Amino acid sequence: MSILVNKDTKVICQGFTGSQGTFHSEQAIKYGTQMVGGVTPGKGGQVHLELPVFNTVQEAYEATAADASVIYVPAPFCKDSILEAAEAGIKLIVCITEGIPTLDMLVAKEKCDQLGVRLIGPNCPGVITPGECKIGIMPGHIHLPGKVGIVSRSGTLTYEAVKQTTDHSFGQSSCVGIGGDPIPGSNFIDILAMFEADPATEAIVMIGEIGGTAEEEAAAFIKANVSKPVVAYIAGVTAPPGKRMGHAGAIISGGKGTADEKFAALQDAGVKTVRSLADIGAGLSEITGW
Amino acid sequence: MNLHEYQAKQLFAEYGLPVSSGKAVDTPEQAAAATAEIGGDKWVVKAQVHAGGRGKAGGVKLVDSAEEASAFAEQWLGKNLVTYQTDANGQPVSKILVETCTDIDQELYLGAVVDRSTRRIVFMASVEGGVEIEKVAAETPEKILKATIDPLTGAQPYQGRDLAFRLGLEGAQIKQFTQLFLGLAKLFQELDLALLEINPLVITTEGNLHCLDGKINVDGNAMYRQPKLQAMHDPSQEDEREAQAAEWELNYVALDGNIGCMVNGAGLAMGTMDIVQLHGGSPANFLDVGGGATKERVTEAFKIILSDENVAAVLVNIFGGIVRCDLIAEGVIGAVEEVGVEVPVVVRLEGNNAELGREVLEKSGLNIIAANSLSDAAEKVVGAAGGAA
Repeated sequence: MSILVNKDTKVICQGFTGSQGTFHSEQAIKYGTQMVGGVTPGKGGQVHLELPVFNTVQEAYEATAADASVIYVPAPFCKDSILEAAEAGIKLIVCITEGIPTLDMLVAKEKCDQLGVRLIGPNCPGVITPGECKIGIMPGHIHLPGKVGIVSRSGTLTYEAVKQTTDHSFGQSSCVGIGGDPIPGSNFIDILAMFEADPATEAIVMIGEIGGTAEEEAAAFIKANVSKPVVAYIAGVTAPPGKRMGHAGAIISGGKGTADEKFAALQDAGVKTVRSLADIGAGLSEITGW
Repeated sequence: MNLHEYQAKQLFAEYGLPVSSGKAVDTPEQAAAATAEIGGDKWVVKAQVHAGGRGKAGGVKLVDSAEEASAFAEQWLGKNLVTYQTDANGQPVSKILVETCTDIDQELYLGAVVDRSTRRIVFMASVEGGVEIEKVAAETPEKILKATIDPLTGAQPYQGRDLAFRLGLEGAQIKQFTQLFLGLAKLFQELDLALLEINPLVITTEGNLHCLDGKINVDGNAMYRQPKLQAMHDPSQEDEREAQAAEWELNYVALDGNIGCMVNGAGLAMGTMDIVQLHGGSPANFLDVGGGATKERVTEAFKIILSDENVAAVLVNIFGGIVRCDLIAEGVIGAVEEVGVEVPVVVRLEGNNAELGREVLEKSGLNIIAANSLSDAAEKVVGAAGGAA
């Protein structure tokens, strides 16, 4: 078992014939992901990486019955691509692209929610179930099939956590990069709920960052709903408070958002927090007895 | 990206919102001339910087002659204004806004932000306007009235009326407030704002609503489709090195310590700073070289880090996901040779071809210290910089 994706997940790629889409689709195919085609408007009917290219997601979905779509199109076009995939019937959309305007994401996220579509990202490394399915830009070779579920707001910090769980031979059930944008398609709580329900996940690593209140909300959720051991790391203890402009940001966050407040909220929820990024693996050992 | 007050008010006026007539000037002579142009016998002169708290810092003054306006401009133009929202150096003043004086009966607060939790644009209003608004929000959150905007249908008139009634407005003010609310919501959407604030929004002695201040922050990701706002960009309000870094798509923030950091990924960059501090060191900067860490960008990154004379050692921490560490190592060597780095450089490479990368570094014969792990790297760089603080 795993969450979101497995060996049976059929994946298409939007922005398939572009340089990013081509490179990462090649890597995904090598890893064993069931890539079944791609979409590039105007290139329908061509064959790329030995897979069919379609003009629209609708055509691709009808021809391939894809479960998931990964988006590598440039930021100005991502809202359109997400809405196209959601309306076509794709149930899992993973958007890797960074730099999407926030107001575009407000609309895309709202529409995905209405259609019951799971959106991961944007501005994220993607989703992987080691040994089965890799959707995104993470290096496949650092992963090991196993029992730790990893959820993170940061790409390279995810890799650090993956490497440590691999070095300790714990392995990963699934790893999800939810992305660092203000409006992510999925948040910590969405993914924590899935890990809690997944029999293959025996412990969870959560990696947060300063800013926003997603970690505090996750802490409250863990306290009430998560029975599995959780190790958390929050980056940004040393980050200086940013130059400020007005009061609205402080009012809406209600004084939350610093690393110390996040650590405190997580500890209060029974989470094992580590202050050093290098201690994630050791923290897991400590709370699981592995 | 932040806008100045005078720019925000220009936009308010374009959206039909009530602002004072005024003029932004660059010289004391222009300030004096502006009083005559605007007319009347009292004016407010306001130093234009990207920060709040100007009033308390002496950056806002009521004047009743052209000479006084000119003297205020003389006092501030070319100087830095330090407020509790700036750093210790403050922000440079290059423009003064001269505007008509408004007779105030009551001060309100009106602001809007993209709220991450509800994933909505949220408007916030309060009768407790002015500088103590954050205290009000913390101690009596029920006094902050809110309206959330549905991203698919947009702001509706009833939401404006609702806020107006709850604020205790009456008569013509209800309609004025509703129009103000709808105008601001339209402006927020059309101009891709991240934050909008009118503090204070005042009721004049005649009983009319009036925008006395204006703060706007624009979503940086949307600048490509906001040409008018691009033209309002004022680089003088930003840190010089940060701006230079941005040109190379490097994300740099200067700090007070002595250990320069170069990392790929914003999260790992913060994590690296944290681990340096845990080992007793003090980071000199945050620097994210991004995913495509090419030799050119690594070289530029070194130049920016070393332009800070406090830097006593540099830590390079790269997790090569897709990029090959041996190529990064060659980039670092090239940069060290080209820039002429005189401080010790500790390099930790992990991921793709990390072994090969470490070998390349060792064979270079340069003053580069290879680290085996994150903790090892932190220890070595703190040692190289002269030990724990």
